[in-house]
Amino acid sequence: MLDLTPKEITERTALRINPAKTCQPVGAMYAALGVHRCMPHSHGSRGCCSYHRTFLTRHFKDPAIASSSSFTEGASVFGGGSNLKTAVRNIFDIYKPDIIAVHTTCLSETIGDDVGAFIQDMDIEEGKYVVNCHTPSYVGSHITGYGNMIAGFIKYLSRSTGRKHDRLNIIPGFVNPGDMREIKRILDLMSIPFIMLPDTSGVLDAPMLGRYTMYPPGGTRIDDIIAMGDSPLTLALGELTCEDPANELKRKCGVDYKLLPLPMGIGATDQFIMALSNFSGHEVPYALEEERGQLIDILLDSHPYFHGKSVAIYGDPDTVLGITGLVLEMGMIPKYVITGTPGEAFTEKAQELFSKFGVTGCTAKAFSDLFELHQWIKNDRVDLLIGGSYGKQIAKAEDIPLVRAGFPILDRYVHSYMPLVGYRGAMRLVEMILNTLMDRQDRGCADEDLELVM
Amino acid sequence: MSKVDWILDKYSARVYKNRKLHIIEKTEDNHEISANTRTIPGIMTNRGCCYAGCKGVVLGPIKDVAIITHGPIGCGFYSWGTRRNKARGDKNTKNFVEYCFSTDMQEPDIVFGGEKKLKQAIKEVVEIFDPDAIMICATCPVGLIGDDIHAVAAEAEKLYNRKVVAFSCEGYKGVSQSGGHHIANNGLMRHIIGTGDRAPTKYSINILGEYNIGGDAWEVERILKRIGYDIVVNIPGDSSIHEIENAHIAHLNLVQCHRSINYVADMLRDKYGTSWLKVNFIGVSSTVKSLRDIARYFNDPELTARTEEVIAEELAAIHDEMEYYKSKLKGKTAALFVGGSRSHHYQKLLKDFGVETIMAGYEFAHRDDYEGREVLPFIKEDADSKNIESLRIEKDERRYRLYLSEEQYEKLRQEIPLDYYEGMIKDMEKGTIIIDDMNHFETEEIIRILKPDIFFSGIKDKYVIQKAGILSRQLHSYDYSGPYAGFNGAVNFGRDVLMGLTTPAWGLVKAPWKNSPMIEGHLQEVV
Repeated sequence: MLDLTPKEITERTALRINPAKTCQPVGAMYAALGVHRCMPHSHGSRGCCSYHRTFLTRHFKDPAIASSSSFTEGASVFGGGSNLKTAVRNIFDIYKPDIIAVHTTCLSETIGDDVGAFIQDMDIEEGKYVVNCHTPSYVGSHITGYGNMIAGFIKYLSRSTGRKHDRLNIIPGFVNPGDMREIKRILDLMSIPFIMLPDTSGVLDAPMLGRYTMYPPGGTRIDDIIAMGDSPLTLALGELTCEDPANELKRKCGVDYKLLPLPMGIGATDQFIMALSNFSGHEVPYALEEERGQLIDILLDSHPYFHGKSVAIYGDPDTVLGITGLVLEMGMIPKYVITGTPGEAFTEKAQELFSKFGVTGCTAKAFSDLFELHQWIKNDRVDLLIGGSYGKQIAKAEDIPLVRAGFPILDRYVHSYMPLVGYRGAMRLVEMILNTLMDRQDRGCADEDLELVM
Repeated sequence: MSKVDWILDKYSARVYKNRKLHIIEKTEDNHEISANTRTIPGIMTNRGCCYAGCKGVVLGPIKDVAIITHGPIGCGFYSWGTRRNKARGDKNTKNFVEYCFSTDMQEPDIVFGGEKKLKQAIKEVVEIFDPDAIMICATCPVGLIGDDIHAVAAEAEKLYNRKVVAFSCEGYKGVSQSGGHHIANNGLMRHIIGTGDRAPTKYSINILGEYNIGGDAWEVERILKRIGYDIVVNIPGDSSIHEIENAHIAHLNLVQCHRSINYVADMLRDKYGTSWLKVNFIGVSSTVKSLRDIARYFNDPELTARTEEVIAEELAAIHDEMEYYKSKLKGKTAALFVGGSRSHHYQKLLKDFGVETIMAGYEFAHRDDYEGREVLPFIKEDADSKNIESLRIEKDERRYRLYLSEEQYEKLRQEIPLDYYEGMIKDMEKGTIIIDDMNHFETEEIIRILKPDIFFSGIKDKYVIQKAGILSRQLHSYDYSGPYAGFNGAVNFGRDVLMGLTTPAWGLVKAPWKNSPMIEGHLQEVV
C-alpha cells in the first residue's frame, strides 16, 4: 500500500498528491440539500453534478438529488444562459421543488456566466424561488462552497421587517445530519427557539418507510430563512466555515453574530452552551450538566489508555480543530494536524490550541495533503489517525489504527446519523478512540498479557 | 395507454418530444432509438463528463502511469480510488492506482495560465516517483484558458526521456463520458500501441474493454490462461503501459465493453489487420459461448479440445451452487440501467438464474450499442460528435498481417461475431422496455409502472430505488463485491442478489403499529 511514497521529503510547489479537500460546488450542493423542498442545481457540464451526487451519496448512503445545466461545447462558447433558463423551467415542471439553488462550476465561472443576471431575467412563479452563489472550484475548497451557498440563500431570501422575533439563528459548520440533530437537541434542552440554516437532518439521514419521497420532511423552511433577517442574533458554529454567511446576514439585515468554534470537545461545547445561556438568560439545565459530568467521568475512568498517545488529524478545518481540542483535553498529543483547505487562520488556531495545552513538537498545516502527512508519519510515526476514509491507505501502509471522523467517510455506515458535536458527540468520539486503541492493544499483545479487565 | 406513454405522460410537450425518441417498447428486432445526443438541461441524468470517461474510466486503470489531472482539485479527487479498477504492482511495475495527482489550479493559474504549474508538476512527479510514463488529463478550464498541454507534454517527453501524453478531455466535450472514451482510445493508439517489440506467440490475444472492477479481469484471465492463451494485454484493467505498447502483436482482440473500446479495436484492425471478436464474459452461458467462439477463430483441434475440457471442469465446479441460486431466483424480474455495455451483458447472467429482464437502458451508449453495428453508416454526425476527433488510420505496411484468409474470414463471420456487435435490442424479449439516458423521473416511473423485483443501476439512484422498497444493486461497483465475470463470478453474483432479496430487514419495514390497532379498550361490568 502506497509503496511508492518515499520517506525523504522534497518541496512541492505545483503537484498536489492525495488531496485532503475537494472543490467548492459539492459543499454548495450539501448546503442546498439542507433547505426543505430545494433542488440544488449545478451550472456546468453534467460531470460535476454527477461526481458531487456520487460523493454525497457514498458518504450519506441516502439519495442526494441535484440537477445540471448539462453544458456542451456550444454552451461553453456562447454562454450558459439559455441552458439555465431551460433547466429552471424543466426542474419546476418535472421535479416541482419550491426553490432551486444554483451554484457554479469552474466551467461557468471561467467563461464568466452572470448567473445572477440570468435569474433576474426569468419568469418565476409566485411562491417559487431561484437563488444562486458563486463556487469557482479554483478558490478555497468544499468548505468555502458550503459557506457561499448559505450566504446565497440569505442574500436572496432573508428580510429585515423591523419587527424582531425571539428565534436565535444557528449556522452549523460542515457537519453530518447527526450533528445537526444534536445541536437542535441542545437548543431544545436550553428552551431556546431557533432557526437553523442549513439543516440536513431528516433529508440525508431519512428513514426507510417503504416509499421514496424526493423531498423528505427535513430541511430549513423558506419562511424561516426569510425570517432570519429579524432574528436577534446569529451563532455561527465554525470559525473557518460560517463567517461569510453570518456576515452576509449582518450586512443585509443588521443581525449581529457571534463566531464560535464548532462545538466539538469540552471547551468548545462549553463555549456554545455559555453563549446560549447568555443569549437566553436561562441557566444551563441539569440535563446538560449531567451529560458534561458523564463525559468527564469517562475521561477520568479511561485516561490510561489514551494519555500521551500521539495522533495525526486530517480533514476539514473546523472539524480538525474541534477534534484537536478534544484530544488535547484527553491528554493526547496532536502531533500532526492538517487540512487541505487553504487559509493560514487554521494554522494559527491550531497553534493557539497547542500552546493553551502546553504541548510542543506538534505541526499544523493548511493547504496540505495526505501525501505530505504520510511522509511526516514515515519520518516520525503516530499512534493513531483520525479523519475520513482516504486515510485508510496510510493506516494500512504504516499499520496505524484509524478512527473515522469527518468527511468523507465512504467505507463505513451509521456515521452520518450520529453526532460528534456536543458532550454526547464527544462521548461518542472518546468511545471510538478508546475502542480502537484498546482493540489494538488486545490484538497485538502476548497471550499472557491479554487483560480481561481493563 | 402503452407502457411507454405511461412513462412519458407527465412530461411537458417540449420534453416529451425529445424523450419519446429515447424510449421504446420492443415489438420487433429493428427499432431505431435516439442515443448519444444532448441531455436536456435540468433533467437529472446519471451521465458524467468527458474527463470522467477519459481519465476516470479508460486511462485510470493503467497502473504504472502517473496520471496528472490538470485542473482545480475536484476532478482528480473524485476519480481517485473509487471505481474499483483493481491493480497489483510488483517489483518491476509501479502501481499508481492508489494515488491522485493534480495541479490543484488556483485562481492565478486560471487568470495567468496554468502551463507553468503543469510543467513544474511534471518535474515534481518525475523527481519523486520516476514513473515510466506520464499522462496529463485536462479539465474544463484548461481548454477555456487555452493551456497547450500537448506542447507541454512534447517538451517534457524530450526533457525527461519518457512517454508523456496529453489528453484534451475537458468535461464540456461531447454529451457524456463517451467522448472521453474516444479521446483516450485515440491517445493510446497514437502514442502507445505499436511501440513495443515483443514477439507474438501461437495463441496470443488481447482483451479490450475489461476494467477489472472487483477483479473481473483476473477471473477472465484465469480461464483463458487455463486453456492456453497468451494474453498480451488486457486494456485497461490492471494493465501496464509496457503491455499496451505490444497490443499490436496479438492475433485476435476480444472486445468486452464495445462502447468504450471499439475505437481501439477498429484502429488495430485498420492498422495491423488484427480482427476483433465481440465476447461477453458476464454469465455462464455467454462465457461458454465466448470461449467456443475464440477457439473457432484459432481453429486448432488441440485448442478446441482443451477449451471443452476447461468448460466441462468449470461448469462441474459451480454446478451445485448455480442450481441452488437458480432455484431461489427463477421467475424474478429485473430492470437494468448501466453505462454502455453492462445492461446487455448482465441480461445473460440473469437469464442463467431464470431472472427475466423487463427493462434495460444505457447511460451513454450510441445507436450501434442498441441496434447493432449495421446502423453505423446511417448515424448522422452532429455538432457534439464532430468535436471528438476520429483518427485517420493508415495501414502499417510492415506489420500488417491477416491471421485468416479472406475466404476463412468471410465464412467465420457468418458463425461468430467477428468485427461485429449485434447490439442489445435484438437480444431482448418482445414487450420489454428500452430507455436511453434514463433520468431520475423515469426511474421512479419504471418502479411504479413495471415494479421490477430487482433494479440494477448505480450509486446515484441506488437509495432512491431501495427507499421505494425494491432491491437495488450497483452494476458499476458491484456494491463493493465481485468478481462477477466468468464462472466463479456468476456464483458470487447469484449469492449477492439472493442475499439482497432475503435480508430480514425487508420484513421489518412496516412498524407493527401500522398494521394493528394500538388503542385497547376494556370491558367493565357496570353494576
